[in-house]
Amino acid sequence: MSIDMSQFHQVFFEECFEGLEAMESGLLSLDIGDIDSEVINTIFRAAHSIKGGSGTFGFTVVAEYTHIMETLLDEMRDGRRQVTKPAVDVLLGSVDCLREMLTSIQNEQDVNAASVATHQAALEMELKGTTGESAHAAPVSTHGSAPTTPVAVEAEPEEEDTADEEQGWKIAFCPYLNLLKTGNDPVRLFRELNELGQLTTNVNIQDIPTFAELDPEECNISWELKLVGDITEKAIREIFSWVEDDCALELSPLAKPKKVKKPKPAPTPTPAVEIASAPAHPAEAAPKKAAAPVESDPSKNAPKASSSIRVDTDKIDTLINMVGEVVITQSMLGLIGENFTMDKVGQLKRGLAQLERHTRDLQQSVMNIRMLPISFVFSRFPRLVHDISTQLHKKITLKLVGENTEVDKAVVELINDPLVHLIRNSLDHGIEMPADRVAAGKPEMGTIELKAYHRGGHIVIEIVDDGRGMDKSKLLAKAIEKGLIDESAIMTDKQILELIFMPGFSTAEKLTDISGRGVGMDVVRRNIQSLGGNIDIISELGKGSTIAIHLPLTLAILDGQSVAVGDETYIVPLVSIIESINITEKMLNKVAGKGETFKLRSEYLPIIRMREIFNVKSGEATKSNEGVIVVVEGQGALCGFLVDELLGQQQVVIKSLEANYRRVEGVSGATILGDGSVALILDVPGLVRLSVR
Amino acid sequence: MTTDNIAVKSKQVEQFLTFELANEVYGVEILKVQEIRGWEAVRVIPNAPSFIKGVLNLRGSVIPIVDLRERFSLDHSEYTHKTVVIVLCVKHHRIETFVMGIVADAVSDVLDIKLGDIKKAPNFGSQLDTRYMRGMHVYKQKMIMLLDVDKLLNPDEVDDMDAISDSVSADSDDFL
Repeated sequence: MSIDMSQFHQVFFEECFEGLEAMESGLLSLDIGDIDSEVINTIFRAAHSIKGGSGTFGFTVVAEYTHIMETLLDEMRDGRRQVTKPAVDVLLGSVDCLREMLTSIQNEQDVNAASVATHQAALEMELKGTTGESAHAAPVSTHGSAPTTPVAVEAEPEEEDTADEEQGWKIAFCPYLNLLKTGNDPVRLFRELNELGQLTTNVNIQDIPTFAELDPEECNISWELKLVGDITEKAIREIFSWVEDDCALELSPLAKPKKVKKPKPAPTPTPAVEIASAPAHPAEAAPKKAAAPVESDPSKNAPKASSSIRVDTDKIDTLINMVGEVVITQSMLGLIGENFTMDKVGQLKRGLAQLERHTRDLQQSVMNIRMLPISFVFSRFPRLVHDISTQLHKKITLKLVGENTEVDKAVVELINDPLVHLIRNSLDHGIEMPADRVAAGKPEMGTIELKAYHRGGHIVIEIVDDGRGMDKSKLLAKAIEKGLIDESAIMTDKQILELIFMPGFSTAEKLTDISGRGVGMDVVRRNIQSLGGNIDIISELGKGSTIAIHLPLTLAILDGQSVAVGDETYIVPLVSIIESINITEKMLNKVAGKGETFKLRSEYLPIIRMREIFNVKSGEATKSNEGVIVVVEGQGALCGFLVDELLGQQQVVIKSLEANYRRVEGVSGATILGDGSVALILDVPGLVRLSVR
Repeated sequence: MTTDNIAVKSKQVEQFLTFELANEVYGVEILKVQEIRGWEAVRVIPNAPSFIKGVLNLRGSVIPIVDLRERFSLDHSEYTHKTVVIVLCVKHHRIETFVMGIVADAVSDVLDIKLGDIKKAPNFGSQLDTRYMRGMHVYKQKMIMLLDVDKLLNPDEVDDMDAISDSVSADSDDFL
């Protein structure tokens, strides 16, 4: 029976990636020389289940590759092989390579055969026991980029045959009599083929017996199919894979191949390949396919967004309980409403209060589902630190604190890149070389601490290093040299440290791979601000630096101040409001008769008239000297929004405008107010930008 | 495709919801219609084109409302208690679905129309853009303009409504 295996793919991939993570952390915790057999067992088990799973799903490339890893690990487990640093590095590289392969398969892209071959060769070399020599060939952890070491070209000889597969295929499909009895339907196959390319079918009915002898459950007809399009042999064989034992199948390319002289007679026009011998084929076909230029379809290259989330069963149980409570309350209210008399008012009020409480609890537990422990982000960093410290010849340990702190799923997804950047900075610029550290009277081993904890309604993530710290005079000199600030500027220590967030600022004397291209800290800050958070630095020369990121706990709910402009109601995120003041005539100034400013204590701030920028026509136009100015901070600059009045503060649930419409400039989303009407949430940095134009 | 196929297809019946707009009758595929509701005040979207009246809370999701009168540059009329909002499920790029509402003067009928009875919209040249039309149908001597809502309410096109694309006449064929 044909079961649609693809429904299990998502789970398989998730398990694989989990397995890979387990392998990675296992490998990193392996202490060379003193081997914990339990750790090796864990790594081995993970490799084994990836191998098993990929075999089941027909990802033979992965299975074969994992098999080699497994052999190596097996020897280590039995103590037949020493665990050496090169071996661990090769294995780590293989984990990367596997991850790459799986991602490609998941995104339905071709596997990068060159990279696989390199890693495979390194593994095989390691396996042959030439441990000492293999070190130079080992492609050390490549982190996504394809390795450059051109080892092992013996992988697949038929790499270039792919050009032959472009035009299309002639498929002779002769089902055996029992095809239909196995539950297969040729029509379904053809429908699938038709999705691959343009299909023309020719039916051969000469074998149909006379009516008297005809058994309707037997398949007496055969087909000659012509499939036009740029299709790989593998794709076609995949479609037929369920019927391969019940038919004779011949595949031959339509066009004459350009390279007939190739030693490997893969898809030449004459010798058709029997599909009965298929099991080996996908394996061969896959690397072959991969060698083709991968520029095929750009739309396929975009990684598929994974939208699944793993939730603690406890959370779901709570949720179900809550829903039960809500249903009970609802039916109770229904009962009261059925024959309502005035003396039941008290009962009704109690019921409504109960409903309100339950709804609030329900909302909270639903929000809880979106919360993930921050270890989802943190768990990647031990590897990063391991790799980079090796590369830089520094000795660094990473301490993780508070990995179980829960944050919103959206925050987890978006915080990763900024954190990677900050950690790289600490590794590269923060921690000194071992010799320098000893000279400075510090332990040789540098420490980076990654902490997460809750404070107020925020989550704080801190990156603490005990490195050299930031030299304020150097920062200042650099900023003046780059023309970012004026020479005569008088700045506080904090302001000086914040210079590193200016675009185009880098203190590294020379650029390295790891950091120092002068793009970065400003992007990091912008990313964090776009999440509604902020970033602080504390640094002491010679002692180390601390970078603290404050983020809101969730991105789905925000504290807002509702303001009125004409008949419209807008929500200003409370975090960006500094203060609100009543406007008075003498506060207002015009610059060159146009740009309006107002004086707030000693500063002059620009005014944005909400009525004008949003073109609000309804309601009475406020006179120029009436209204309230809401002082907000956006993109590091202060500015005043002129609104008609302040309405109130409330927590609002953020709804996307883009879901059914599109982005609106100056608006970050919408929400639904208590009366059921919609209010737009202002995008403060966006409005500041909009007003400048 | 054989001629038989076309014959079979032209006998297929599709249902259309018809509605009135400035004394003309328009129709949309009924399968696209999610619900019909009375007009209620909407929240204005700043700096949006005039035919986007604003957004509405539809049981927790925020949906934009398009005034077809303004969209078709017809006279504006006051919204009354008879004014309706037809909530449509619009497919975009054939994958994403958007929910949008259109304002109509009144809903009239649900018609079964044979695909063969849908006439192609005549070419008005540059005077009138017919690319949002799926075709025309004559019912009780009255002409009904059948709209292609996927094209009409494409959020990407909101900015350049007047832009005329040449490809449209070509791909409108695959609907018939």
